[in-house]
Amino acid sequence: MKLSIVDYKSGNISSVINSFKEVAKDKVNIEVTSDIKKIGSSDKVVLPGQGSFKSCIEALNNISGLVDELNEFAINKKKPLLGICVGLQMFADVGYEETETKGLGWISGKVSKIDNQNGKYKLPHIGWNQINIVKDSKIFKSIENNSHMYFVHSYEFIPTDDKVISSTTDYSTKVVCSVEKENIFGTQFHPEKSDKTGLKLVNNFINL
Amino acid sequence: MLKNRIIPCLDVKNGRVVKGINFVDLQDAGDPVEQAKIYSDGGADEICFLDITASNENRDTIYEVVKETSRKCFVPLTVGGGVRNVEDINKLLNCGADKVSINTAAVQDANVVVESSKKFGSQCIVVAIDAKKNGDKWDVYTHGGRNNSGLDAVEFAKKMEDSGAGELLVTSMDRDGTQIGYDINLMKKISKRVNIPLIASGGVGNLDHMVEGIKKGNASAVLAASIFHYGTHSVIEAKEYLNSKGIPVRI
Repeated sequence: MKLSIVDYKSGNISSVINSFKEVAKDKVNIEVTSDIKKIGSSDKVVLPGQGSFKSCIEALNNISGLVDELNEFAINKKKPLLGICVGLQMFADVGYEETETKGLGWISGKVSKIDNQNGKYKLPHIGWNQINIVKDSKIFKSIENNSHMYFVHSYEFIPTDDKVISSTTDYSTKVVCSVEKENIFGTQFHPEKSDKTGLKLVNNFINL
Repeated sequence: MLKNRIIPCLDVKNGRVVKGINFVDLQDAGDPVEQAKIYSDGGADEICFLDITASNENRDTIYEVVKETSRKCFVPLTVGGGVRNVEDINKLLNCGADKVSINTAAVQDANVVVESSKKFGSQCIVVAIDAKKNGDKWDVYTHGGRNNSGLDAVEFAKKMEDSGAGELLVTSMDRDGTQIGYDINLMKKISKRVNIPLIASGGVGNLDHMVEGIKKGNASAVLAASIFHYGTHSVIEAKEYLNSKGIPVRI
């Protein structure tokens, strides 16, 4: 099995790499790459993302052919893909961080700033929060409901269709913290930084 | 519900752990990678390294420590000390730090915060403020507490939020190493002034101090060194105590 972590020169992906390597040991070939041929021939893809929605989309677009290859992988070939944080947010049609930016459009919806109720809640939403699992998902296998995951974000993905939501977390509002649509998975939290529970999720994705 | 975080801090010098008492009198207490792993296995919500290596030729030791730690600890890792510019931040992030804390450089030029938060995202930029009481306000100090910048800590905190900092790590220099508790007034004033999370630091001597830091100081997270380092309390003991006082923690 070959798993590619997409390195599109946006933000820090060392922790994602370390967590997948830790879980995969020697069983899985983990490739960290922006090479579209390598991505295309993978069995699974992880799309990390840090920084702003706009900067991540721009960075993806900066690598010639990458977005097309990801579309081919996730939409046409329907192979498993996991988006983490802004990696998940980019599934949306549109994001409103910095300025209105078109997303990948894989899961209908928008990415907007968390409503912090006029400053009542601090932003970014940083730290450990419990996830409320609302949909049976393979990536939550042997992860208990109300498990703690590590979050750090100010924007949230609001999908058009509630059915894609697999878990939420309570902050100023009910924040969507993971989605699943067929072969496409995404977590707003950082499994790579969520201790043993997070590594379980990484393991579940590897074993899909 | 978002949990309040407990963050053990390890002062690292030339690749070894030390803990400063009022910024002097250092005592050697072990290997940072091993210590960080013990903390993360023991329920620490985050690990913080403060690099206090003075000489330039030994500055690279921290990169190795960070690399090694990030391969073994799967909770967030914050690294600070001697971070001068965007390139230093980039290097630490590439080694596996999740957040970088900036102190002197942020005071000298707020653009370092503006640029780095734009480049890497606010989520990984922590501004560390060393504050010392001066009459009824607090001054911001730089260079490991040696130089008074003359800036007002509360206003500086606001400026850092506006510049793109994702969090503030506020250390009371008057309290650091004293074990008599956080400077609650300082924490309260700053957390009221800004809308980003505040990590309280400097002065923890017992678990009630942590409770005060969160309840009265309105800190999102509490940072402590000696109390954990010398085995006075374990992280899990601290969490259970906070929990018994009605503070939400990850257990």
